[in-house]
Amino acid sequence: MHMSDALLSPAVGGSFWAGSFGLITYCANRLKDRVDDRIVPLMGVLGAFVFSAQMINFTIPGTGSSGHISGAMLLAILLGPYAGFIVISSVLIIQCLFFGDGGLLALGCNIWNLGLYPCFVAYPLVYRPIAGTGASSRRIMIASVLGVVVGLELGAFSVVVQTVLSGRSELPFKAFVAAMLPIHLAIGLVEGLVTAGIINYVRKAMPGFLEGRSLSDMRGTMKGVVIAFAVMALLTGGVLSWFASTHPDGLEWSVERVYGERELPVDGGVITRWFRDIQEALTILPDYDIPADSGGQADTVEGYPSPDVGTSLSGVVGALMVGIVILFIGMGIRHRRLKG
Amino acid sequence: MTSFDKAYFNLGYIDTLSYGDSFVHRLDPRVKLIVTIVFIVSVVSFPKYEILRLIPFFLFPVFMMTAGNIPSGFVLKRMLFVSPFVIMTGIFNPILDSKTFHLVSGLTISAGWVSFFSIMLRFLLTVSSALLLIATTSFYGVCHALNSLGLPRAFVIQMVFLYRYTFVLAGEAMRMVRGVTIRSSNRGMGMGTFVNLLGVLFLRTMKRSEAIYQAMCSRGFDGEVRLLRSLRIRLNDLAFAIISITLFIIFRWFDIPGYIGGLVIR
Amino acid sequence: MSHHIVEFKDVCFSYPDGTEALRGVSFRITHGEAVGIIGANGAGKSTLLFHMNGCLMPSSGTVLIGEFELNKKTRADIRKRVGLVFQNPDDQLFMPTVYEDVAFGPLNLGLSEDVVRARVEEALATVGCYRLKDRPPHHLSMGQRRAVSIAAVIAMQPDILVMDEPSADLDPRSRRQLISLLKGFTHTKIIASHDLDLIMDTCTRCIVLSDGRITADGSAEEILMDEGLLVENGLELPLSLKYRCMQQEGAFHD
Repeated sequence: MHMSDALLSPAVGGSFWAGSFGLITYCANRLKDRVDDRIVPLMGVLGAFVFSAQMINFTIPGTGSSGHISGAMLLAILLGPYAGFIVISSVLIIQCLFFGDGGLLALGCNIWNLGLYPCFVAYPLVYRPIAGTGASSRRIMIASVLGVVVGLELGAFSVVVQTVLSGRSELPFKAFVAAMLPIHLAIGLVEGLVTAGIINYVRKAMPGFLEGRSLSDMRGTMKGVVIAFAVMALLTGGVLSWFASTHPDGLEWSVERVYGERELPVDGGVITRWFRDIQEALTILPDYDIPADSGGQADTVEGYPSPDVGTSLSGVVGALMVGIVILFIGMGIRHRRLKG
Repeated sequence: MTSFDKAYFNLGYIDTLSYGDSFVHRLDPRVKLIVTIVFIVSVVSFPKYEILRLIPFFLFPVFMMTAGNIPSGFVLKRMLFVSPFVIMTGIFNPILDSKTFHLVSGLTISAGWVSFFSIMLRFLLTVSSALLLIATTSFYGVCHALNSLGLPRAFVIQMVFLYRYTFVLAGEAMRMVRGVTIRSSNRGMGMGTFVNLLGVLFLRTMKRSEAIYQAMCSRGFDGEVRLLRSLRIRLNDLAFAIISITLFIIFRWFDIPGYIGGLVIR
Repeated sequence: MSHHIVEFKDVCFSYPDGTEALRGVSFRITHGEAVGIIGANGAGKSTLLFHMNGCLMPSSGTVLIGEFELNKKTRADIRKRVGLVFQNPDDQLFMPTVYEDVAFGPLNLGLSEDVVRARVEEALATVGCYRLKDRPPHHLSMGQRRAVSIAAVIAMQPDILVMDEPSADLDPRSRRQLISLLKGFTHTKIIASHDLDLIMDTCTRCIVLSDGRITADGSAEEILMDEGLLVENGLELPLSLKYRCMQQEGAFHD
């Protein structure tokens, strides 16, 4: 559930960039007063470890489908929240660059969604209190599952907020939330079990490793959480509540209305409308494949298109020509390179 | 071949491409990074029903690909794996947005499809430009760029180490995954096996971390990793930056396809 | 030149899990000597080497490097004098390019950037790897990685060069190149290896280690030809000698 550039507006992408990279800087500064220099190579190889682990697919029991882990909670448990956040951020950057997961602008959102919530919310507020001193494997199991689920659900919710705020997708807020949260509940359960399995393995194989580390940076953690929450409140909460206050019908607004574009009146709740539309779409979808539909549908808005939409014929012709020119430029460069 | 092998070789393939030699490869990584970011912001800043004016922007990935001597098959293949999340989120636009646009008299197009195609074009443009950035710039170049653009050293060093040891650990993981695959039926890896495998990999990782630490100390490591300054902006870099950013601004503010089409039709 | 001396006095070391790796090791290596340390797997060779620059600290006994006794305070200085080449080049080459990796040590010495660059280039030229300078370590062959690891250590200009299994994982040609490279060094050399032919070609003195104790210490030629002693310590005659013996015994009839 990587957020993608294609669904983002620059304002949303930029804000989360600022938030995420600000937090990275903060964490990097905190790491300066570390006790042990060993953490420098340790963070590096653990990043490589999580990155390699993400490439391994395993079968999810009872489904036959396969999945892989995201590893943020695992890193937070192994390294503490600050180092864990830096490591998961670096893993996300490599994924973004090498596998095209998300995109450069969405990187801020992805670090936020997949790194901040597990490291600074779920780890200190869910995992630590439940796992306690880490002496019982059952408690670790419960703590991991709940921690991962909370982290992932917050992340998924955040994806929805970012998508809706960007206004590139038509999905209504509530329906989107209703779809995302259950999916991530399932993913979270599996990842939580795997995380607990690895933590318990480490506890047996390297007794003392976890206890020493997590106790040592507990004090700093809470301060970090407060700051993280403050930044979060500014970014998401602030924006959300602004929308909520300008639109008394709660969160059931659509971005078009915010931008003052015209829209058809909605009858019924969002979800019922959503299902009705899906049903409708399934029957009329073939017609949509051919854009040259007869213009006489009831839905047609006379007087559209808006001025910034170049849907006139000349625009189409021009775009085609530009496309062909670019193709020729590309072929020309390649040709010259091959000759040279 | 397991899916792991594929991911691993893919990584190695891009890595090899990034050490190529071309005009694009020789550009300063900072310049490439900034130009790519300006490009992406210009693309995503269009309103949601925009399709035609996105077309001129393909010039940038096409230039990076051809001048950087990156096989087009590689980029196209990567584009086929369109993120399921983008499709899942975008595909509802045609369903939920039932407005229509008049193209010419008698010809209409559903607004939902317009915005869906717009999302797909944005996807192609942004993902290809990010992939081409790394295919024409060594990852280390990107790290250097981030370092000189003000990212904290601790973070940059983290990425350097992560990248270096990804090739070592992923190689180890690949051998282990192969071992498991050979000895199990092709039902895939169960969760229990997966957890044990990761446990073993983790212990090896810890051992390696300790060895690296000793090697670092043996060469005078005192808690800080120092980097040589190696980046220099040259005339080529400036020219590349100015020309590309000017073009992005023109493409963003002027309706190039509209003008050209208008001229032709008249 | 007293500061090129390596002296161990009754050094003992146990790992935290209780394994006794060194049980009272004493020897003295003087300036310019080339010493091979041989022994079966688990004899304590690597543990011994790790004591030479303070990667490990003796549980009891003393280690003297030059006029300094090894302790937490002198460790940083000793590391500037003793260059340790690790067994696995992947552990040692942690930076992203060959050039940056070789520069890592000199930069830590606080040298100016120009001096660092000069040293890096010189070290890479010495091992014949200058043309690889912009390559990432994972694109190098094992022999190249080994050579670069050595360059990374000699760029710090140590007085004493310590190597752990330098010929492990090398193909025959890279191994041959390594041997001629090692022969060219005038440093005090201490090389731990199973590869007795390599020891025979590069060392004048030999220390045999078995189960954490020194069982023999003397001229390399004598020790490496003493089949009884070698077998007793879990080793075998160097292949080249074996071949010579077999020829003498008439095992080969052409």
